[in-house]
Amino acid sequence: MTTLFTADHEWLRIDGDVATIGVTDYAQSQLGDVVFVELPKVGRSLKKAEAAAVVESVKAASDVYAPISGEVVEVNDALSSEPALVNSDAGGKAWFFKMKIFDTSELDGLMDEAAYQKHTA
Amino acid sequence: MLAHDDQSSSQSSQSPLKRTPLHGLHLGCGGKMVPFAGYEMPVQFATGVLKEHLHTRAATGLFDVSHMGQIALLPKSGKVEDAALALERLVPQDILALPPGRQRYAQFSDETGGILDDLMVANFGTHLLLVVNASCKAADEAHLREGLRGTCDVQPLAERALIALQGPKAESVLASLCADVPAMRFMDAGPRRVDGIDCFVSRSGYTGEDGFEISIPAEHAERLAKTLLANSEVLPIGLGARDSLRLEAGLCLYGHDIDTTTTPVEGALEWSIQKSRRRGGVRAGGFPGADKIVAQLEQGAPRRRIGLRPEGRAPVREGALLFADQTSAEQIGAVTSGGFGPTLNAPVAMGYLPSSHAAPGGTVFAELRGQRLPVRVSPMPFVPNTYKR
Repeated sequence: MTTLFTADHEWLRIDGDVATIGVTDYAQSQLGDVVFVELPKVGRSLKKAEAAAVVESVKAASDVYAPISGEVVEVNDALSSEPALVNSDAGGKAWFFKMKIFDTSELDGLMDEAAYQKHTA
Repeated sequence: MLAHDDQSSSQSSQSPLKRTPLHGLHLGCGGKMVPFAGYEMPVQFATGVLKEHLHTRAATGLFDVSHMGQIALLPKSGKVEDAALALERLVPQDILALPPGRQRYAQFSDETGGILDDLMVANFGTHLLLVVNASCKAADEAHLREGLRGTCDVQPLAERALIALQGPKAESVLASLCADVPAMRFMDAGPRRVDGIDCFVSRSGYTGEDGFEISIPAEHAERLAKTLLANSEVLPIGLGARDSLRLEAGLCLYGHDIDTTTTPVEGALEWSIQKSRRRGGVRAGGFPGADKIVAQLEQGAPRRRIGLRPEGRAPVREGALLFADQTSAEQIGAVTSGGFGPTLNAPVAMGYLPSSHAAPGGTVFAELRGQRLPVRVSPMPFVPNTYKR
């Protein structure tokens, strides 16, 4: 499995033609205490860069964008009941949604972990 | 990801940001600094907004509110009554009856009945002391000089910091530095010695909690703040939690929940207008916009500021449009403040609705990301206040 990152602080874990998407630990540290997460509906087709989910802290709402184009195949319902998971385990249990990748060439523009570390340094 | 609703950092500023006397302390405490009303202010500390909020309700929070304007009104006659009568020309409140040692909430009204700013007025026996909003202080000062010309010297106290200590442990924390404070009750105000420093102390604040606001000469502010923070009950609190605390307390924020387009009656602030300034009162009217405000006090206003409790967990924030039902095209109101209330563990908001829809218990709908969510019209405060009256 490969993990890739966007400049907007999302991570993608690629497993065959399915990508699992979440926000990075850096992103959660900037957001502060997450109190609400809105997830896309299963079956929704997302275009790259389209607003896919919303994550809200006490103070602010932020969009999570689709890092690539694809169809939402599964969402993490645990985030609805326990949004604070985003703060405690952004890179793991707090995955947002899984999507079936439409065009693997869209992955080419994303960063690997070393490049993302530089991006947030 | 892109934060698109962070009010505290959305203000752009051309001129360099000003700093309060506690700026260095904020940096030392890990404050995340943002521009706010022309100042560089901490929006949160390492503790985070949620825990800062809950800590203030459970123990004590220390807030730097030094960006607010402190203005002394010194009567030229030497009689504070003359300053009080002069100020009554600018506010719908009874200032003459405010006894020495007491403080009162007031608003500067304009000719249309709108609100130029909201403020605190304290009677210091020889003069009045005003605390006004940071974003309005230059305009307020000019307004006071114009309105009180000939009767008062308007003296901004720029070299003072203002520290708010809020929460159930505030009294015991401050009592260790100032033996006078347990005897004070809500809205008592006056000179007090705190840790050997001559300060102005009032038993007030903007969180819904019991607490104190301490005006202190700038050069002593950091030392006092450090002494207070050395008490294990006290944590530094940023603007983020200040906003969620005042929202849960149902307290309005100038420039959001009230402004020149809202009257004090529309803003649900008629409790702050005493009988003496209403029709038939001993000094009825005589303030800007009196015709409209006095009439609204009797007949009601066409719209009102109301509390809103969204169903579910999604916060409904400032600017969200309100509708009477799921389908109607006509907007009936809007949210003016909204977010997540950590004490309620639920979203809370306030906004304006036509009086026909303003009764608590009713349901209206807020538009959020293309959907209409039911929100219940609720009495305020959302969290009961704990003032020591």
